[in-house]
Amino acid sequence: MARRARLVGQGVAIGLVALLFILLAWSLLTDEAGTLAAQANRGDRPAAPDFTLERLDDEGELQLSSLAGKAVVVNFWASWCVPCKDEAPFLEEVWRENKDRDVVVLGLDSKDFRADALRFAKRFSLTFPLVYDGPGDEASSFGVTGFPETFVLDREGKVVAAFKGAVDDEDTRPRLLEAIDEALET
Amino acid sequence: MASAVALGLLCAGAASAAPPNAADLEAELVCPVCETTLDQSTAPVAERMKVFIRVRIAAGDSEAEIKDALVAQFGAGVLAEPPDGGFGALAWLLPLVGLLAGAVAVALLVRAWSRRDPPSGGAPSERLDPELERRVDDELARFDG
Repeated sequence: MARRARLVGQGVAIGLVALLFILLAWSLLTDEAGTLAAQANRGDRPAAPDFTLERLDDEGELQLSSLAGKAVVVNFWASWCVPCKDEAPFLEEVWRENKDRDVVVLGLDSKDFRADALRFAKRFSLTFPLVYDGPGDEASSFGVTGFPETFVLDREGKVVAAFKGAVDDEDTRPRLLEAIDEALET
Repeated sequence: MASAVALGLLCAGAASAAPPNAADLEAELVCPVCETTLDQSTAPVAERMKVFIRVRIAAGDSEAEIKDALVAQFGAGVLAEPPDGGFGALAWLLPLVGLLAGAVAVALLVRAWSRRDPPSGGAPSERLDPELERRVDDELARFDG
């Protein structure tokens, strides 16, 4: 009886350890969001996670997949983020100069107070669509680890390029514009 | 007696009406970026949350109202303690269940181990082989002289 109990206990312990290893392997293999930027910059064009978030600039909600057919520049930002302030005027410029070309700049405010985000938008006279992701869940699904981070999606919602940090410097500006052109070619 | 009860009720009412303590709240809320409690974080959003807490306390909000407002902005993850209800209840229940299961397992094992000891004063112990016993006796007799 004691031997059977010991064998059962050993079996349970081995099973638990095996289960933990399986969970670890599954987590590593299925962590697609964490490598979204890497996949995109390798040229793999991974599908961007879809989301539906409340609008900051308007009533209602906006679903990312509703923008299918257009190239979308998804910009993750927060009002407390210093580089976000630097790049905001450039993103507004990209939006104004390209919205007639089937390009949408979509600002996704994350881990921020709504009121602070609205003040930020007003301060920089942002007119592109803005959505609110207070808990940061959608930022996590894109694998965003810091702000700002920008993803360029093609007409099918696949990620063409990803940029960590502000996109308004001399090196990144032309690369962002090239990515937008590439996204429009889909 | 009645006056003592009335006094007690008055004191309880006064305690519940006392404004929340900012330092206590900062220890019970988590920075959404660095995921440490606000009192340990200097992240810009954490500083902004501390200002929000002080403004809401000055406006007369209760602790629950302040926490609810921050949860509405940042989600339930901003609470340092998981909520009591729903899925959050698992965070409270699972450690207790694990502790209980462990205690039961230890009790069963101790019981099993204690039963392995042979009972005292019962059947005689296993005897040696008679031939071997005779040889041992012969060897011992040589030492007796």
